[in-house]
Amino acid sequence: MKRGGLEVVVGVFLLLGIFALGWISIRLGQMQVLGVSGYTVYADFPTAGGLKEGASVEIAGVKIGRVEGISLIDYQARVAMRIDSGVELQEDTIASIKTKGLIGEKYMRLSPGASDEIISPGGKIRETEPPIDLEDLIGNIIFGKF
Amino acid sequence: MVIFLGSALFYTFLPPLKWRRMIARIHFIGAKSLLVIVVTGAFTGMVLGLQVFYTLRKFGAEGFLGSVVALTLIRELGPVLCALMVTGRAGSALTAEIGIMRITEQIDALDAMALNPMRYLVVPSILAGLIVFPLLTAIFDLVGIYGGYLVGVKLLGVAGGTYFGEMETYVDLRDITQGFLKSLSFGLLMTWVCCYKGFYTSHGAEGVSRATTQAVVLSSVLILVWDYFLGSVLL
Repeated sequence: MKRGGLEVVVGVFLLLGIFALGWISIRLGQMQVLGVSGYTVYADFPTAGGLKEGASVEIAGVKIGRVEGISLIDYQARVAMRIDSGVELQEDTIASIKTKGLIGEKYMRLSPGASDEIISPGGKIRETEPPIDLEDLIGNIIFGKF
Repeated sequence: MVIFLGSALFYTFLPPLKWRRMIARIHFIGAKSLLVIVVTGAFTGMVLGLQVFYTLRKFGAEGFLGSVVALTLIRELGPVLCALMVTGRAGSALTAEIGIMRITEQIDALDAMALNPMRYLVVPSILAGLIVFPLLTAIFDLVGIYGGYLVGVKLLGVAGGTYFGEMETYVDLRDITQGFLKSLSFGLLMTWVCCYKGFYTSHGAEGVSRATTQAVVLSSVLILVWDYFLGSVLL
């Protein structure tokens, strides 16, 4: 009986610890455990400046996916995005890399289009808008190019 | 000491493993330390929430409170404070227990009964340390984050969504694995030092007290030193 009690206590302790471990790695580390849902679309940018894997993809400020990977193809940055299933992207959607706040991190903003055609999984967003380079902008102002 | 660890590891991979002893050790090092860990975790998180809030407010950046609290806890304070608390609570007892078994010749008795004392005493402790430390650290982090939430959000008025949202943005899986790598190594370090000191105790009751003191001091110092080096390598 006593030995059984000991094992129950140890079991509860282990479960508690594993629960905490799971909460931290799934909630904060954004670990993908139960497979990946949604579909992937691609977009080419002249520069991906500062965008990182795992950055959020948003439409109208609502998170609908995340950046899955960034690779160099034909000297352009190809950004792979995983979009939640259920969200349909029109063929003339515009993808732009934006900054949260002045010093915040980069995220991907999609502006929905009006076309009837929907981008299929694995498809490509043709219309893209590179991030604004704040340093260039400040340089332009300082050296009076405006 | 290295030979001691080496032979302990050797017996770890050599069956049979003493499961009952290991469960008892997990209970002793882990489950009984839970209350201490929860209390220290909660107050560490609350202190962090308070201090970081007032520092960040000078820059008008209270929104970053969540990420600062979480990163500090997950990368540094969680593993280190957790290891120090467990060393103080369980490490000392571990050394004393093995030390007393040594001076009362119980270890020799085990040897005489063809029970390998290494396998019976040391291996379960080290394995239990390796299992327990990351779990306790996870609980510490979790409780600490909610402690920071309590102070930052409920008392000082940061938005709850901002607290967790910024946290999710800035904490990477890499930070988390780094924190748990640390706590794993601390688990090995603490059980290794404490078992070693207990195993080679001599000179009666005085020897036990000396071994216990040395074990706690040495493991605490080693944990802090190792933390720095591991941190600088992993960063």
